[in-house]
Amino acid sequence: MTSTTLSAPAPASTDPSARRRGPAAARARRKRALHWIAVHSVAIAVALLFILPFVFVFLTSVMSDSQAMSGDLWPSSWHWENYKAVFETDGFLTWWRNSLMYAGLGTLFTVCSAIPVAYALAKFRFRGRRTAMLLVISTMMLPPQVIVIPMYLVWAQQFHLSGTLWPLIIPMAFGDAYSIFLLRQFLLTIPKEYIESARVDGCGEFRTLLTIIVPMAKPGIAAIALFQFFYCWNDYFGPQIYAAQDPGSWTLSYGLESFKSAHMVNWNMTMAATLLVMAPVIVIFFFAQKAFVEGVTLTGVKG
Amino acid sequence: MATLSPPTRRRLRVLGFLSPWLIGFSVFFAYPLIATVYFSFMHYNQIKEPTFVGLKNWRYVFEQMPLFGPALWNTLWLVVVMVALRVLFGLSLGLLVTKIKSGVGFFRTAFYIPYLAPPVAATVAFVFLLNPGTGPVNEILAKVGIDAPTWFNDPNWAKPSLVMLSLWGIGDLMVIFMAALLDVPKEQYEAADLDGAGSWAKFRYVTWPSITPIVMFAVVTGIVQTMQYYTQALVAGKIASGVNIGPGSVIQPGYPDHSTLTVPQLVYSMGFQNFNTGAACVLSLVLFAIAMAATLLLMRKRSGLLSAED
Repeated sequence: MTSTTLSAPAPASTDPSARRRGPAAARARRKRALHWIAVHSVAIAVALLFILPFVFVFLTSVMSDSQAMSGDLWPSSWHWENYKAVFETDGFLTWWRNSLMYAGLGTLFTVCSAIPVAYALAKFRFRGRRTAMLLVISTMMLPPQVIVIPMYLVWAQQFHLSGTLWPLIIPMAFGDAYSIFLLRQFLLTIPKEYIESARVDGCGEFRTLLTIIVPMAKPGIAAIALFQFFYCWNDYFGPQIYAAQDPGSWTLSYGLESFKSAHMVNWNMTMAATLLVMAPVIVIFFFAQKAFVEGVTLTGVKG
Repeated sequence: MATLSPPTRRRLRVLGFLSPWLIGFSVFFAYPLIATVYFSFMHYNQIKEPTFVGLKNWRYVFEQMPLFGPALWNTLWLVVVMVALRVLFGLSLGLLVTKIKSGVGFFRTAFYIPYLAPPVAATVAFVFLLNPGTGPVNEILAKVGIDAPTWFNDPNWAKPSLVMLSLWGIGDLMVIFMAALLDVPKEQYEAADLDGAGSWAKFRYVTWPSITPIVMFAVVTGIVQTMQYYTQALVAGKIASGVNIGPGSVIQPGYPDHSTLTVPQLVYSMGFQNFNTGAACVLSLVLFAIAMAATLLLMRKRSGLLSAED
């Protein structure tokens, strides 16, 4: 598709009226070619603006300390050892481990708790279903800062878990509104005939969910898993509230900011660390593009 | 089990499937919300027992708290400017992508990738890129003879810089708009063509009416997201200020000149640095009221969120 469209005005030849009138067809073709050039020039210019920040961050990350301070755009010599130095910084590997634990367990808990809830909201008919859905959406819309103070007091004073990431991970075993909403939208697209025929075959609700729905809902489940993983990986507010007191519990997102503060002048090291925080997210995206785009679309478009 | 009547059993089954959320909702949403209201009427420093003080915290926040005015102003400024520009820019990019004939995959990925950059990393990168002394952006602008502002270090430019950062991460909106634009029925365009409609008329009378629900959705979720704008503002202020911040050190948030101080930052600083739990809870409830109003608006206008409901 992409290779043939270089000769964009191809459809003109199939249009009988255009074939009859030669000069008009030529004009139309020229107009379409100009349009093609205009659209692609704008697209290239905008794409450059979007990509350049990454390029500059990368180029700075391999500069020497002094060059990174100079405002030069191109490194005079390539200091790959900056990346090694970042990894050897105190705490950096711990932050990786903590980020992986937070994001990994958080995602697992979210997926396991969201599946039955989303299924019930999408496929069961019961009184209060609409109210339940409205409540899910309200929670989804609620800024986390609204409820953070009483929650912090409970975790810190009753459970003595401040200084750890558990106050962030444990609640995810009890459903996450955004994931429930997203998965429910996805499950609505599965025809109810599948469930009905399973019921006719004497399949229990729970088995229906596990053997029929879950396999069919894989793309939706992949989407919520990815979103939750990224949410945890990117989260700054949560770790700042609960993990800040103990550097041993910091995550990459939280640690990165303190990394810059500790290396006040070293923009090269900071940019190397910045890229290392971005890298996993971008690598995962390239492996799971479809699930992503599907998930984003689901949030905005009716199910 | 055998003694239960079918309706009871059905009800129990619904409860069973919903139980993770029912527990989560009561423990991690309803309880803290009620507790926030409770603490907003209490004097509580998180050490001594809370004591009832009536409306004192409310009056303090609205009448005396020196930073409440700037924080509310900044938050509302960001809500208006950021949401408007994000929707406009996201829609333009969505339109652009649907017009692209060659290399759609490449362009879509290029526009989408920045959205994935972790907010802290993106913010640190932007503070560096826009750094007056060493940043490449001012370096390039100087080469073409433009006298650039000092961005995150200038109270007048700090918020616009944050807006630029947020426009860089527009990928999610672009994808949502793109999907909506591709959903517009082709026949309507053909009919408009027959009527001799130009591209503006086609947009105004065909495209726009069919994407308004999505635009509405983007506006309302944008308002709610911007109401909780926190990480980028905080990190940008801290890094740009150049202050060495170790754990425990307290700096005035909102560098420079409180220009990046938002209401959520004030909640944090009241609750976790000044230990004025009452005032922090009042601020939380202000956020809650605005977010709730936006959500209700969203549901009333039927943005498609619940349209799949039979």
